[in-house]
Amino acid sequence: MTDRVALVTGASRGIGRAIAINLAASGHAVAVNYRSRSDAADEVVGTIEGAGGQAMAVAADAGRADAVTAMTTEIADKLGPITVLVNNAGVTDDDLLMRMKPEAWDRVIQTNLSSAYLCTRAVLRGMLKAKWGRIINVTSVSGLSGNPGQANYAAAKAGLVGLTKSVAKEVGSRGITANAVAPGFIETDMTEALGEDVRAAVLPAITLGRFGSPDDVAAAVGYLASEEAGYVTGQVLVVDGGLAF
Amino acid sequence: MDRAEVEAKMTDLLVDELGLDRDKITMAATFEEDLEVDSLGVVELLMALEDNFGVAIPDEEAEAIGTVGQAVDVVMGKLGG
Repeated sequence: MTDRVALVTGASRGIGRAIAINLAASGHAVAVNYRSRSDAADEVVGTIEGAGGQAMAVAADAGRADAVTAMTTEIADKLGPITVLVNNAGVTDDDLLMRMKPEAWDRVIQTNLSSAYLCTRAVLRGMLKAKWGRIINVTSVSGLSGNPGQANYAAAKAGLVGLTKSVAKEVGSRGITANAVAPGFIETDMTEALGEDVRAAVLPAITLGRFGSPDDVAAAVGYLASEEAGYVTGQVLVVDGGLAF
Repeated sequence: MDRAEVEAKMTDLLVDELGLDRDKITMAATFEEDLEVDSLGVVELLMALEDNFGVAIPDEEAEAIGTVGQAVDVVMGKLGG
């Protein structure tokens, strides 16, 4: 058990929600960041508190510098310095590249990749002071293997890997690790929207014969956030049921 | 705070926050070569200066700091107004 403070971006539902609940269960005080779904974020906080944990909901568009600064300041004031950061906020805006509008490209890059840069920069000061930190970036097998219709998403997710490794090398000497988790096909709103045909096409390619649950991913994040994972840095932990290897 | 006090506090900070050898710290000592402080260490030093002296040091001024004496100069400038 720990008394550390964790920030999970995009934690009102799906994988982010499961990560927030997992970290709270191991004793972290969790800041549940959301952009607009305040009811959902409150539900996550309620679930955590109902289980005896500590959490707060904090609204911010993680892709905007001023919002991120305000968010991390608020969390530091209310819960304490953030020493576990999970960059999970992510959206899709799928289209074939030839038809993809600049706004769709920019939005996905900003929310999925730039947010990770902004949030990491905002919390590093506290981690450097504490000489301890855990940064976990949620990438995707899409970023590792590419995916038709998801050039923007895959580019952003792949970008997270480069960011993860660079940060890991920059701050490793101060007891701060940076790793990435690459989920495969996980049962969330994001994959629900893909439709039955896509789901039926993907399932045979998954070695373990099932789609993943958000808890499968949360468990990997929980490990990387722990004290015990202190000798693991710059890594991509793929949680995909054996889809992409 | 006069210059002697700032110099003394600066030396203490370098020893306590960056773990440097007190004997090596002179006003003319360079952070990079003489004191072997890495780039991250310089960032940490600036954070410590901001916290301990209550001053805000913008990036442009921070970049010009090469020696301990220059760091004292910047802090004196911020304190004295």
